Amino acid sequence: MSTTRTSEAGTALLALSGIGKRFGAIRVLEGVSLALRAGEVHALMGQNGAGKSTLIKVLTGVHPADEGEIRLGGVPIHPRSPGEAQGLGIATVYQEVNLCPNLSVAENIFAGRYPRRGWRIDWARVNREAAALLERLQLRIDVTRLLASYPVAVQQMVAIARALGMRSRVLILDEPTSSLDKDEVAQLFAVLRQLRGEGLAILFVSHFLDEVYAISDRITVLRNGQRVGEYTPAELPPQALVAAMIGRELSAERLHRNAAPATPREPLLAAQGIARRGSLEPVDLAIGAGEVLGLAGLLGSGRTELARLLFGMDRADAGELRVRGRAVRLEQPAQAIALGLAMCPEERKSEGIVADLSVRENIALALQARMGVWKHLSRRRQLEIADGYIRALGIKTADAETPIAQLSGGNQQKALLARWLATEPSLLILDEPTRGIDVGAKQEIMDEILRLARGGLAVLFISSEIDEVARLSDRIAVMRARRKVAELPGGADERTIGGLIASEAA
Amino acid sequence: MMRRLLAHRMFWPLLTLVLLLALNAAFNPGFLQLRWRDGHLYGNLIDILNRAAPLVLVSLGMTMVIATRGIDISVGAVVAISAAIAALMVGGQLVIHDGVQTVTSRFPMPLALAAALGVALLCGLWNGLLVAGLGLQPIIATLILMVAGRGIAQLITGGQIITVYYPPYFFLGNGHLLGLPFSVFVAAAVALALHLALTRTALGLFVQAIGINPAAARMAGVPQKLITVGVYAFCGLCAGVAGLLVSSNVKSADGNNAGQLMELDAILAVTLGGTLLNGGRFSLAGSVLGALIIQTLTSTIYSIGVPPEVNLVVKAGVVFAVMLLQSAEFRQALRGWVSRPAPGAVR
Repeated sequence: MSTTRTSEAGTALLALSGIGKRFGAIRVLEGVSLALRAGEVHALMGQNGAGKSTLIKVLTGVHPADEGEIRLGGVPIHPRSPGEAQGLGIATVYQEVNLCPNLSVAENIFAGRYPRRGWRIDWARVNREAAALLERLQLRIDVTRLLASYPVAVQQMVAIARALGMRSRVLILDEPTSSLDKDEVAQLFAVLRQLRGEGLAILFVSHFLDEVYAISDRITVLRNGQRVGEYTPAELPPQALVAAMIGRELSAERLHRNAAPATPREPLLAAQGIARRGSLEPVDLAIGAGEVLGLAGLLGSGRTELARLLFGMDRADAGELRVRGRAVRLEQPAQAIALGLAMCPEERKSEGIVADLSVRENIALALQARMGVWKHLSRRRQLEIADGYIRALGIKTADAETPIAQLSGGNQQKALLARWLATEPSLLILDEPTRGIDVGAKQEIMDEILRLARGGLAVLFISSEIDEVARLSDRIAVMRARRKVAELPGGADERTIGGLIASEAA
Repeated sequence: MMRRLLAHRMFWPLLTLVLLLALNAAFNPGFLQLRWRDGHLYGNLIDILNRAAPLVLVSLGMTMVIATRGIDISVGAVVAISAAIAALMVGGQLVIHDGVQTVTSRFPMPLALAAALGVALLCGLWNGLLVAGLGLQPIIATLILMVAGRGIAQLITGGQIITVYYPPYFFLGNGHLLGLPFSVFVAAAVALALHLALTRTALGLFVQAIGINPAAARMAGVPQKLITVGVYAFCGLCAGVAGLLVSSNVKSADGNNAGQLMELDAILAVTLGGTLLNGGRFSLAGSVLGALIIQTLTSTIYSIGVPPEVNLVVKAGVVFAVMLLQSAEFRQALRGWVSRPAPGAVR
């Protein structure tokens, strides 16, 4: 489907070919190949759910591949655990730093594999070798001090040092820069360049396009579990990269919605300069009845933070919020609910479902909360409501009395949607409603959102999947670096949105 | 049929109670006898019910607190405070007026009861505000009142045991209604009221939602703080009522010893009744049964003549055995030890 350079595949240090992986009925990887050469930094790009993490997990032995072959230095390997992969020379640093802040730097580097002298740990050697490993990363620090006494960037280096050991040939970094500031990123990149000079093959996953262009020698793009292609940065400018990530054919089948409100009415909800220190710069936003407002942006762009302010989960410390023209100050979700707002949070497990309660109780919860403690919905009434939504949304459950924890992710999400629809809200905020659920359920939920909007419901739709936002929304607000950077009409080109999301590189 | 009986969550607590009663009956043949005398029902069983009433009350309050993922270890101190206030305000002295002896109370008795319960409610509110308002860990928040409360109770009693001489006050803990001890009616009334409040309003759903997932409950608009404060206040009130029953029963208040270790008995009762300490699903009936088990156990230890110096050790041993019996894992293991593998079976 696009140009692929295969000329140098023969010299690859690590070569994956035809990798396939399913989870249950869902195919997450299909015929993916990847060639990683010694002495290069290779960026692995793709949207959320494109299969990047799964591919890394296959490579590091977390999930064995169903099909395909992995060769390291020409020899087929079958790592069955991260430890085994590390033994083969494949070092991995995961997104969250998995270290112990209350141990010393040296202890962190050698935890679980201390060099011994007889029965005792050879501390002199631990400290000496830890210092040597960090020296290689251009880091000269006191390795006997606690890890917590060093900044995050140093901790990141320690994680890399721990992963590297002495004999690694491949280094995999999964979003290593997400918690680093600009200078720290530069420091990390200097180290990566040096390791590259030593002949290490480095695989690098990041959401930040400018970083990808700053450090990568090659880029492999994944989309929907398939490889789109392998490129050099020169032949794939940022706009083209975003296009490759989101796929052009998606824009062709875009759902056209021309039901956008023709006359500007008084908005249902209007925020002016709403902000919260440390999480969101002042943002203006307005949503009208029957409108789907898409909120596009990367993780950490401020989209979830904005939604939390609008729903009263966090308190805004600046700006004004009006609902139906009336100024309101929200201090807790219950107030927002009383105003007719509803929100499916991003964290379905920790903030959405009440695991041990039945589907019936979960669906009735918000309506009951809105009605108050005294006006009790009888069990029979709850059952009627729950059964109604189970049918209407096609929630797959044995019955309404099944604990919600036993449902699949998609069906839990539908039950949460039902919980809020039962309150008959006038504005529904959906934060990543389709994340982590299978494609079929995704489509059903999106169809339901559109149907509701046509019925007059205002919807604030948050997603990191640009094609979803572009297809569903009447208007699209783009968030970057904790502020709103643009507002586009519905049906805006996905590449334009993608460019805005990532615009620092463009 | 048998299997469903075994799986019922009340089966093991009930069995424990029955076994304890049977043990008593074995040691003391007259144990199960009930006698009707002077229009009242008498007997060991009635005695146990009467003595268990304060613990049942405290356990009901504790059940609600535990259901919201909390714990309240100050209930024993609140029992002492409530008992001290009531005893101090009721007091009682002999007055001879025109040759007729009457006993008067220091303050009108309803006022004394209201004051004692009011202060107990305030104690509960204090706990609730510390937990829901300031976000303290429940065990730490209530530890404050557990320690301070004893001091307050002793302050009220002046470090003495206050004796009550006003007979109408004795009715609470010693009186009879329809042949049964009045305290049993008090405990039953509170249990019934709580049951109705939980099933006829949304309280039960909210309490469970808060206990299982507080963040999700807040997101869904459940008035989490209000309910948490309310639950602790209710627990304090229950302890207050228990304090009245206790002081009325012994016709005195002892700031130092009233309700001592009752918090632990209550937590134990809730646990014996099958409510998990990590919140969520709870059982009122289970907690009532749990409280009855503990009181029966205490009575048993006295009635079969365990020397007083070892009775706590014996009690601990029995509680341990009961807990093991109620643990599904342990029963599974036990089954493995007891029943030999079938011939030819490979272990």
